[in-house]
Amino acid sequence: MSLFDKFKPLSAQYTRLEASGANPFAIAFDRVLSPTEAMIGDSRILLLGTNNYLGLTYDTNIIAKTIETTQAFGTGTTGSRIANGSYDGHKKLERALKDFYGRKYAMVFSTGYQANLGIISTLAGKNDHLLLDADSHASIYDGSRLGHAQVTRFRHNDPNDLHKRLRRLADVPGDKIVVVEGIYSMLGDTAPLREFAQVKREWGAYLIVDEAHSLGVLGETGRGLAEMQNVESEVDFVVGTFSKSLGSVGGFCVSNLDDFDILRVACRPYMFTASLPPGVIAATMEALHQLRMRPELRLRLIENARRLYAGLTGLGFCLGPEPSPVVSAIMPDPETAFALWSDLLKAGLYTNVSLPPATPNGLALLRSSVSAAHTPQQIDHAIALFERTGRALGLVAAFTAAHTSHPIAASPSLSGASLM
Amino acid sequence: MNESADYIQTVVTAALRGLLPVPAELSDSTNIVRDLGLDSVTVMDFVMETEERLDVSVPLDRISAVETIGDLVATLYDLECES
Ligand SMILES: Cc1ncc(COP(=O)(O)O)c(C=O)c1O
Repeated sequence: MSLFDKFKPLSAQYTRLEASGANPFAIAFDRVLSPTEAMIGDSRILLLGTNNYLGLTYDTNIIAKTIETTQAFGTGTTGSRIANGSYDGHKKLERALKDFYGRKYAMVFSTGYQANLGIISTLAGKNDHLLLDADSHASIYDGSRLGHAQVTRFRHNDPNDLHKRLRRLADVPGDKIVVVEGIYSMLGDTAPLREFAQVKREWGAYLIVDEAHSLGVLGETGRGLAEMQNVESEVDFVVGTFSKSLGSVGGFCVSNLDDFDILRVACRPYMFTASLPPGVIAATMEALHQLRMRPELRLRLIENARRLYAGLTGLGFCLGPEPSPVVSAIMPDPETAFALWSDLLKAGLYTNVSLPPATPNGLALLRSSVSAAHTPQQIDHAIALFERTGRALGLVAAFTAAHTSHPIAASPSLSGASLM
Repeated sequence: MNESADYIQTVVTAALRGLLPVPAELSDSTNIVRDLGLDSVTVMDFVMETEERLDVSVPLDRISAVETIGDLVATLYDLECES
């Protein structure tokens, strides 16, 4: 018996994957050339799986600000804001977020994961009730486990199921807090926020929306799905990340609820970890500025998303229900997902493999994400590689023939799947 | 309205049969994860089916305490009585 015996099934799967010579979970880029290209050994790879939605990671102004601020304030803060003090940059970034969202309060976290961990676990106390969308990100589930509230999950994107669950809780004491996402990271689908907002209002619940994948992507000014669906006033807390459209690292929460700032001395994932380095704060500030000043980035992103979605649909791949910067092709099984991933990489295209339990309904996904930095030619090239590789694997023809029913609309396929 | 334990048992068994790829012998002592090979998300999805039929919500910590079919039936029965 060893400490690691419990990982034996996982370890067996992982070893098999290593032996196949193509392990998406251990990929390393030797050089990165731009938001859309990298080198692995001598091969030039087109990047189509980075979440780098606005393509800001090589922006010269952002890099200059990062260097300038690092020279002025040093590489790290070496402590938490509560124990060791905030820097001017943290406060400035919080002011910039308040201004962007038009909200009274903002709090910056060291990652988006920690923002969810902190906000969810702290807001929902012992006698409160958390209601999570079933397809929530791991950080939302983990936040619910860190706290002491009662947790239930409702059917993905199903306001009616949420309504039933709130009804069952109507006479039970405690606050009710609902958590949903803007764009879901696995299939790129969006939440029916209007309907959720109506349900939460009816039952007097609070609403948290994680806009991790929709900040800078949706809404007239890039504030996300709540802006797009015109329900921002019903959203009590917006959580988000700097690690996708803003091209750096970190997370945040904004709100209009008075007393919000008490969380700074109650929220453990905020208090007991080092604050973001000055250079990262400066990069994020400048990226947020560009997000606001360059709406053309968002338009280009959406055009690229539509182009890829249309191209892959045309090849007969089954995709998520709506075009979005996350474009996932539903694979018949994990082995096929790995095979397609590996062959695409050999052909010079980097994508992602997503598997249960991270994916909904036991689906194996070949996931792509597009960037505003992609040229239309790069998207077309990616589609051509999907066609060539998919055909060689017998996927494209097979899909074209079988593309009559949509697997997402069908009853959930509950394969006995595990992490790989 | 409280459902009888027998009825709950029927609902649980029917929901399980609906998702198993091959028919399996199901009894109170059947271990849902070990004997039926379901992962944690599949178990949560399956419990959701029973929640809907029985009009009850099962908190996630109560689901993770469930090992056997008998445990699940007992949990659902307790929650029905509490509600
Ligand atoms: C929906 C969602 N929330 C939160 C996070 C965590 O963000 P971060 O990378 O900043 O920790 C992610 C990213 O993986 C996500 O997809």
